Amino acid sequence: MIYREAGDFKTSYRDDGQTFPIRLDRWGYYALLAVAFLVVPFFIDSYWANAVLVPFLIYAIAAIGLNILVGYAGQVSLGTGGFMAVGAYAVYKLMTAFPGVPIFVHILLAGLITALVGMLFGLPSLRIKGFYLAVATLAAQFFLVWLFNKVPWFYNYSASGQITAPERTFFGWAVTGPATSASAKYLTCLVFAVVLAWVARNLTRGTVGRKWMAIRDMDIAAEIIGVNPLSAKLSAFAVSSFFIGIAGALLFAVYLGAAEASEAFGINKSFLVLFMVIIGGLGSIFGSFAGAAFLVLLPVFLKNVLVARLGWPTDLAAHLELMIVGALIIFFLIVEPHGLARLWRLTKEKLRLWPFPH
Amino acid sequence: MEFLYASEVLVNGLMAGVMYALVALGFVLIYKASGVFNYAQGVMALFAAMTLVGIMEGRVPFAHLINAMFGVHVSHFGWTVPAIFGIALTALIMVGLAIAVEKLVLKHLVGQEPIILFMATIGLAWFLEGLGDVMWGADVKVLDVGLPQGISDGIEAATNDWLGYGFFIDKLDIWATVIAAALVAALVGFSQYTKQGRAMRAVADDHQAALSVGISLRFIWIMVWSIAGFVALVAGIMWGTKSGVQFSLSLIALKALPVLMLGGFTSIPGAIVGGLIIGMGEKLFEYFIGPMVGGATENWFAYVLALLFLVFRPQGLFGERIIERV
Amino acid sequence: MIATPATELTGEFTTDGRRTGPVLMDLKNITLRFGGVVAIKDISFDIREGEIRAIIGPNGAGKSSMLNVISGFYVPQEGEIWFEGARRPPMKPYEVARLGLARTFQNIALFDGMSVLDNIMTGRLNRMKAPLWAQAIWWGRAEREEVENREQVEKIIDFLEIQNIRKTPVGRLPYGLKKRVELARALAAEPRILLLDEPMAGMNVEEKEDMCRFILDVNDEFGTTIALIEHDMGVVMDLSDRVVVMDYGRKIGDGTPDEVRANPEVISAYLGVSQE
Repeated sequence: MIYREAGDFKTSYRDDGQTFPIRLDRWGYYALLAVAFLVVPFFIDSYWANAVLVPFLIYAIAAIGLNILVGYAGQVSLGTGGFMAVGAYAVYKLMTAFPGVPIFVHILLAGLITALVGMLFGLPSLRIKGFYLAVATLAAQFFLVWLFNKVPWFYNYSASGQITAPERTFFGWAVTGPATSASAKYLTCLVFAVVLAWVARNLTRGTVGRKWMAIRDMDIAAEIIGVNPLSAKLSAFAVSSFFIGIAGALLFAVYLGAAEASEAFGINKSFLVLFMVIIGGLGSIFGSFAGAAFLVLLPVFLKNVLVARLGWPTDLAAHLELMIVGALIIFFLIVEPHGLARLWRLTKEKLRLWPFPH
Repeated sequence: MEFLYASEVLVNGLMAGVMYALVALGFVLIYKASGVFNYAQGVMALFAAMTLVGIMEGRVPFAHLINAMFGVHVSHFGWTVPAIFGIALTALIMVGLAIAVEKLVLKHLVGQEPIILFMATIGLAWFLEGLGDVMWGADVKVLDVGLPQGISDGIEAATNDWLGYGFFIDKLDIWATVIAAALVAALVGFSQYTKQGRAMRAVADDHQAALSVGISLRFIWIMVWSIAGFVALVAGIMWGTKSGVQFSLSLIALKALPVLMLGGFTSIPGAIVGGLIIGMGEKLFEYFIGPMVGGATENWFAYVLALLFLVFRPQGLFGERIIERV
Repeated sequence: MIATPATELTGEFTTDGRRTGPVLMDLKNITLRFGGVVAIKDISFDIREGEIRAIIGPNGAGKSSMLNVISGFYVPQEGEIWFEGARRPPMKPYEVARLGLARTFQNIALFDGMSVLDNIMTGRLNRMKAPLWAQAIWWGRAEREEVENREQVEKIIDFLEIQNIRKTPVGRLPYGLKKRVELARALAAEPRILLLDEPMAGMNVEEKEDMCRFILDVNDEFGTTIALIEHDMGVVMDLSDRVVVMDYGRKIGDGTPDEVRANPEVISAYLGVSQE
């Protein structure tokens, strides 16, 4: 009864274009942000941070990035793992080369560097489409991971071939390195996730978002009405890679603390993020969060039920997880190609009419 | 001497290329008949090889799961099955898989965009990989169906007499080449000279038109996926015999992708030529350039080659030219 | 057929140049080949400012190819295109769009995943120049442009009477409305020349009348120059100021509707060979 548009009149085009047109949604959103920023940091322990919340936020950023490319611009990429690696190695090189510069600047720079690399590998998208492009992005995946493994300069000639994040602080709080507290990890990732989600929302509702969607829906018509395919596709690759690069930087510097390219950023990472986008919903920012939450929570859930409760071996649980994820991907593509986000929207539409549906 | 050594690398590359071509062939078949780019082809090869080993060694399917659920300790039935029956049984299971895929997946995705179908096959790949592990366990398995293995002494002796340098060539590679060639010939014969083959080509050309002359689309799809399953089985036997049945086997699918990009998704000769080029190319590149840049270039060479190639000829070597209209 | 001054627009009234200004686009000796097939053979005609110019002809006459040449999708092997007194070099389609050409498509080319409003807003993409970073933080020029262009788009939505479907995804609309949204998208660009590819194909009588009315109103109220392709002879003769007739890639007639109607070659192309 309360969940209504009626009576909530929009008097300007600015109001009409806002993200949450229904008042209750807006309040819910502000309440959620308040809890996330003001309540959770005081209660978070290292299990919740490391097993659930921090990976959720980081993968949400990566999923938003990939969703911009796949869901909005219609260019399928299987190179996410490689681009995350670029972000991780870029932030590592920057952190070790310029220890005096604040870590947040380094993370943003790592995003920009990844954006450049992404544009480079996006160039073939002008000539090739669909799954030809998807396969071509595998070149980025394999080449980049190989590069970071084989060229010692990237890992500062460390004996193990690994990169390890040194401690960096922000106003006296450790943000990276082994001494980082659970709440510092969580808050760092939360700030990036919230700001980047807001940026993604702005981009996708504005001019450049329309260009992307036009290219996605009908590229030839888009070109004829005046969309330059070069700039539209490359900007999608750049913005997407920027997000993914930041996710990679956070994954390495804040979450893992140490990484090795082929292990942390292999082809499976590319698929994991792609699945988050599919399950969450193509072309939806909310869906990116939902998909990330789903695929971060699923293994935790299976582990708790199968291993802890039933006492099954861990590897069996892992194999069952593969089957479940695979089946879910097919299920979502068949039943609801727009994923969890669409299910959520349908629920809301029903709620808007409830209890008088006619 | 340098030249002879390089040509040995080249010949070995050619043999590896035959293997790539074999997997690529499975892709082309499915793509031509149903427009589905089947990412799961490589996992199908893995699944087929696992199933074959499981049957031949008399393993209990789902032993892992059964043990965990009921607290028992079953693993083997205690018998072994000869290779020929094992292969026949596995082929039957691959047909069953084809029917299941058609009924549970393809039927519901008719008319969807190709990229959605592609992503569905990625899901299928994960599912099959998990299923294979749950059914037969994830350990590295040894597969031996009686194919000869090891360095061919005959060739080494002959080349040594003739060129003064003995070529090291694996007997298995020679057999693989022969079997692959026979398989390709059989497939071409099937699609050219049988009724079903003609129907398959008709569907590949135009679904609607094929439907309107009374060809059953579902039958053709099941048939094509069965054939692709059989091709996967052959590829699985070869690769499994060579390097053991394990997860990395499914990665050959990824290697087959650049082969397809090179050869064009719709061309059987393209798949073969593409496979040979990639096989030779990556071995030679690794031989000449690899040492300078730290080695292991085989990981990416094929993709980068295909990528560069595509930028200049988007439809591949033998693919049909795409004409855009409004 | 329609209450608007249709009689003024047809026939002799327009030959005095009442509506037609200077030449806006001049096509000189255009030849277009696909491999060995000649789609357009040595065709010349011009489009004058403010007129409704029709290209008609039987199926396969090369009309659509002609429109694709004008909108830059095909580049002719021979011939010159002059636009606003300057020769147009070979261009990419999006560059042609930026010169001020907008078009609709025979088989509706809307962006199905977007709402009606967003589809029409894409027509104004080339007028929105805020840098990416400003769009990212939705600030200053980005927000201002969004609101200003939205106002323009709303005018077109009112004009074409599609207010009630503003937020509907285009994919859900019926055929006739889709055609109207496509027209809206082209109009949103405020083009110098509006190209319409069979705007009335597949419509029932009522929808056709609506579409005629909109085309005439656009021409009247905004003074937009219109070039259209159509094979419904009746409609074309009522709508247009001047008509080019094509057959087998050649031009067989050019003039006012009445002149064209009287042209023996046109009659034979449309009715088969006339009896001698």
